[in-house]
Amino acid sequence: MIYFDHNATAPVAAEVFEAMQPWLTQHYGNPSSVHRAGRLARQAIDTAREQVAALVGAQPGEVIFTSGGTEADNLALNTATPARTHYLIGSTEHAAVLEAARGKVRAGAKLTELPVNRDGLIDPDVLDAALAKSQQRSALVSIMWANNETGVIQDVARLGQIARQHGARMHSDAVQAAGKLALDFATTPVDLLSLSAHKIYGPKGVGALLRRRDVALEPQMLGGGHEDHVRAGTENLAGIVGFGHAAMIARRELQARQQHVQALRDALERGLAELPNVQIFAAQAPRVANTCQFGVQGFHSEALLMELDRREIAVTSGSACHAGTGEPTHVLLAMGYDSDTAHSAIRVSFGEQNTQAEVETFLQALADIAGTDAPAFAAGLFGG
Amino acid sequence: MIYLDHAATTPVREDVAQAMVLCMTEQGHFANPGSDHVPGRQAARIVEQARERFAALIGAKAEDIIFTSGATEANNMALLGGAAFYANKGKRIALAKTEHKSVLDPCRQLASRGWSLDWLETDGQGLIAPDTLNAALRDDTCLATCMLVNNETGVVHNIPALARVCAEKQVLLHVDAAQALGKLPLEARRWDVAMMSFSAHKLGGPKGVGALYLRRKPPVKVQPLIYGGGQERGLRSGTLPVHQVVGLVRAAELAEAEREQVFRHFGRLRRRLLDQIVTALPQVEVNGADSAQSPHILNLSFHGVDGEALRADLVDLAVSSGSACTSDHAESSYVLRALGRKDSLADASLRFSFAAQTSAEQVDQAAQRVIASVRRLRELSPLWQEQAA
Repeated sequence: MIYFDHNATAPVAAEVFEAMQPWLTQHYGNPSSVHRAGRLARQAIDTAREQVAALVGAQPGEVIFTSGGTEADNLALNTATPARTHYLIGSTEHAAVLEAARGKVRAGAKLTELPVNRDGLIDPDVLDAALAKSQQRSALVSIMWANNETGVIQDVARLGQIARQHGARMHSDAVQAAGKLALDFATTPVDLLSLSAHKIYGPKGVGALLRRRDVALEPQMLGGGHEDHVRAGTENLAGIVGFGHAAMIARRELQARQQHVQALRDALERGLAELPNVQIFAAQAPRVANTCQFGVQGFHSEALLMELDRREIAVTSGSACHAGTGEPTHVLLAMGYDSDTAHSAIRVSFGEQNTQAEVETFLQALADIAGTDAPAFAAGLFGG
Repeated sequence: MIYLDHAATTPVREDVAQAMVLCMTEQGHFANPGSDHVPGRQAARIVEQARERFAALIGAKAEDIIFTSGATEANNMALLGGAAFYANKGKRIALAKTEHKSVLDPCRQLASRGWSLDWLETDGQGLIAPDTLNAALRDDTCLATCMLVNNETGVVHNIPALARVCAEKQVLLHVDAAQALGKLPLEARRWDVAMMSFSAHKLGGPKGVGALYLRRKPPVKVQPLIYGGGQERGLRSGTLPVHQVVGLVRAAELAEAEREQVFRHFGRLRRRLLDQIVTALPQVEVNGADSAQSPHILNLSFHGVDGEALRADLVDLAVSSGSACTSDHAESSYVLRALGRKDSLADASLRFSFAAQTSAEQVDQAAQRVIASVRRLRELSPLWQEQAA
């Protein structure tokens, strides 16, 4: 099995699981309990809070642990007064932000989906103009740091600066950016930042929302004073320890990991350039180093994926949250590609275990399937 | 340290931890169950198998089960989500003051948004009589919520009888069963409850995972709390944590397999602890219900001692006073106060809670420490000395 789908999820690193294990079976107190078992658990969570904060240049007190990136995004967008809120979000956002914002529209909020250019980037002037028109409402801007499908990196610092100038609150979904880019929450003009553990070799079911201390949030779950009264529920102790450990390793290995995946992607894209009718999306835009989304003209991605699947190569078209719907990815449509092109998208996302040999196998498989000597196959599956 | 606080949380059982690791690392089923490739579909199959097996344990069908991040989320989903969906029926909820905070707080938030809360009177043991519920339900009552086993006292509600009352009045009943899973037989569909909440970490599973039973026939609906990729039939978005779901179900299955035997074990431990303490000490009150008691919990109030001093004296004995979820507030148990215990007595209370692995020896040691502490503190207490004289 060749696994090139690390933006969907990554395996838990052995080292991370080893760190988690004692917190499952041996030290298992409820962090809210005042006895020693409870205090020990509380200390473990505090350590993880420091580790997660350090990964993105934040203060431990700014970390709110959640059940994952999706919950963090929803929490960031949760306001007590949706009817008086104007949400301005990127049109290529992850479903967690898109759907959370659309949910607020049903509660009376105003929503603006900011257009992106062909490279998937939001023009700062467009945000500026949209905010200028947004009077008498509290505005909340949500723009992802790195896109999960294309890997495109937004200029969050610049966009956040504009949000600040307008007195708007700024959230960024950094689920795909953390561990891939050196983020600095302290100096970037963002108020809220979402993170997920399972994209950085930590466990699923745990994430965090970073929040500047002066930003009030409306809890989505109530019942106990956990996480600074913002997120109730007994903490996922082992999961949080795992997240902290994964964050610590991600910070330490940031450069080495990026060099590794960058080399793999360079090899992939050199190989793709030699294949006919291949286009790489947002190739000229700044992208996180592990991600490449491309299309083979005339090939519906589902057909291609099925063939790759048969060859034990796990890639995807868009996001895992979107898989199986038969719909083309909203990201490429927002970037101005037509439906056929969007339907051809294949996303490769590398991880630290991947090798050059795997890239070669993949390119060979792609050449076999999409190679010029299979026109009938291609023709039969054209379009969408 | 003697750990008798299993109602707060339990260790993950070895078997469960081993099953979890198989769904985490590179060699295991780590893929995203939302991914449409071989490993992704494998992960999805594991989740669906887990769902079926979990449903079977609680007398439900797979289609009734929504996995959540825990019982707190399940309770919030049921109450906030149910209220949002059924608000047109009437903005009124019936509940008792002895519910868990993760039931009380969402209801209080609804109250701040114009909902009415009808507080159900409990008897001296903390139980709601079906007639009390019947009298409280009005035409515009939308939801009623009642815990199956109280987390502080261990009293057990007669949910089938309460559900019948709700069914007659066409009110949806939500049941917080966080303390009941693995301890009592559960028959979600047969009891005809609308929603039921579960947690893994009270029965040897991991923290951070639970489930909501959301009846499919006839359908009960909730508005999601969390939107996104549309997982869990659109009701709970977010990548499913496969290892956590497996941990929940494996722990619940293990608990169910030995449930009757462990129930008897709990009964023996509870009697043993109680007998030793009340034999040695006068003026001890039992907070519970003889006729409807889950024996994994023993809650006692001690006259003539200061609660804080008692807790400080019991180093190396992990028990609780009140629930862990409220223990960071310096406040005596609201559950015991609702049962009519005075503040000082409610504060001088201890909850002992057992797991299958708890031994008679641990219970004996706990009894000796508690007896010694209470005696010492009473000797130091002028109030107690006065009373005794």
